[in-house]
Amino acid sequence: MTTFDPSRRKFIQTTAASTGAVITAKLTTDAEAKSVLQPKQVTEPAKISILLRVNGSEHQLMVDPRMTLLDALRERLQLTGSKKGCDQGQCGACTVIVDGRRIVSCLTLAVMQEGHEITTIEGLGTPTNLHPMQAAFIKHDGYQCGFCTPGQICSAVAMLDEVKAGMPSHVTRDLNRSPEMTAIEFRERMSGNICRCGAYSNIQDAIAEVVGERV
Amino acid sequence: MKAFNYERATSLAEAVAKVSHIKGAKFIAGGTNLVDLMKLQIETPTHLIDIADLGLDKIESSADGGLRIGALVRNSDLAANQHVRRDYAVLSRALLAGASGQLRNQATTAGNLLQRTRCPYFYDTNMPCNKREPNSGCSAIGGYSRLHAIVGVSNSCIATHPSDMAIAMRLLDATVETVRPNGSTRTIPIAELHRLPENTPQIEHTLEAGELITAVTLPKPVGGTHIYRKVRDRASYAFALISVAAIVQRDGTGRVAVGGVAHKPWRVEAAERDMPRGAKALTAGILANARTTHDNAFKVLLVERTIASVLNEAKA
Repeated sequence: MTTFDPSRRKFIQTTAASTGAVITAKLTTDAEAKSVLQPKQVTEPAKISILLRVNGSEHQLMVDPRMTLLDALRERLQLTGSKKGCDQGQCGACTVIVDGRRIVSCLTLAVMQEGHEITTIEGLGTPTNLHPMQAAFIKHDGYQCGFCTPGQICSAVAMLDEVKAGMPSHVTRDLNRSPEMTAIEFRERMSGNICRCGAYSNIQDAIAEVVGERV
Repeated sequence: MKAFNYERATSLAEAVAKVSHIKGAKFIAGGTNLVDLMKLQIETPTHLIDIADLGLDKIESSADGGLRIGALVRNSDLAANQHVRRDYAVLSRALLAGASGQLRNQATTAGNLLQRTRCPYFYDTNMPCNKREPNSGCSAIGGYSRLHAIVGVSNSCIATHPSDMAIAMRLLDATVETVRPNGSTRTIPIAELHRLPENTPQIEHTLEAGELITAVTLPKPVGGTHIYRKVRDRASYAFALISVAAIVQRDGTGRVAVGGVAHKPWRVEAAERDMPRGAKALTAGILANARTTHDNAFKVLLVERTIASVLNEAKA
């Protein structure tokens, strides 16, 4: 880049696009050279055509089996709301909702998610029509840098559904009764989402507000 | 990640036949452990057989009054199951003490049993590890070993089994149902599923190549007070330093299994007769012949005190 562009997103997009072009070219060459499957020494696996249902839309994609759901969302569908933090299932920044349940999209392969209904932060709400949880995060300042926020919000939305469905947690006192909508329950249930800025108390306030609206 | 081919199995017979015939093939279910290890190239399967569509996700009552849990039942579903919560509460508690909400929604029952150690040297491919690379040496022995095993260890490996669920399964005398590559089925008591490291820490269980766990069965409930106490560095979402699973009956008898201390869920049935005598006697039997390092010697006392606390809670 010859001119300085202060937009981080634009810089990342430009860099990613050029890297992507190189990788695509390489895959095509190798795929032609190795059209026969050789399970013992796979250098480039057969690409697989999958139908991903994301935020109510269907996307037919040819993917390398190695591609995680997170990479497919970000790099193939340009749904960059889901973030890659640790890429090891430890931080929760990539949390999305699959068939109504929150999962970390970095530890599942895109090919494993065919036939499932995937909801990302982009599917929960839009800037002009925010999901109540998104609005509550803004109102209560439930973030600083914002990197963990899409994962926090997807996690919180699905977490409340888990409580409403009566699913117990580590801090639920009586396993044979329905869990309560309490701060201690929310804290335990949100432990899979790490916030490096430490906005936890405000995140708790945002969740509590949504619960107040719903109950 | 090393390249691999992927396909979804349409039948059990097909799944086991393929994994046993294709060199380097593996089953994949939830993927939370396997995908992670593949990224680090600690696991390098050439072919993945996805068993998601095989209908192994049911929980049903068994003829003998117990419970049959499909291999693919998600950890969160198992923990929330009404029968488990009522009759096998220690299993619910163990599951809920493990991982995070997201991971419990992905991880499966059989995958949880077969998850690999979290020994940091197993994960660090720059360091020798007999489990990852046989005969390369053990970096934990003489290294940073605060998290490591204190019983059943060998000169080759002091890694622990990381599962909470497996500790409760061992306590409950679970049985593992499998199908072998030739199509025959067998049952394995959970006590015989996991191996001690000995000189071959890379071999962690007694399943044959291509053998697939299809279900885990629990015998009929034994009553009593069910407790799972996990001691860890964070209040949530951390592996155990040690954990204690216990079922205590009104007369003070019962059973105990301990996690975070061995290469497999640790239970010494012969020691359980000492439960009425208290934590000290009980722990002496459970951790007989413990071999600790400078870093993890604290675990012996931690187990004793945790058992004491659990026995007190059971009395209350």
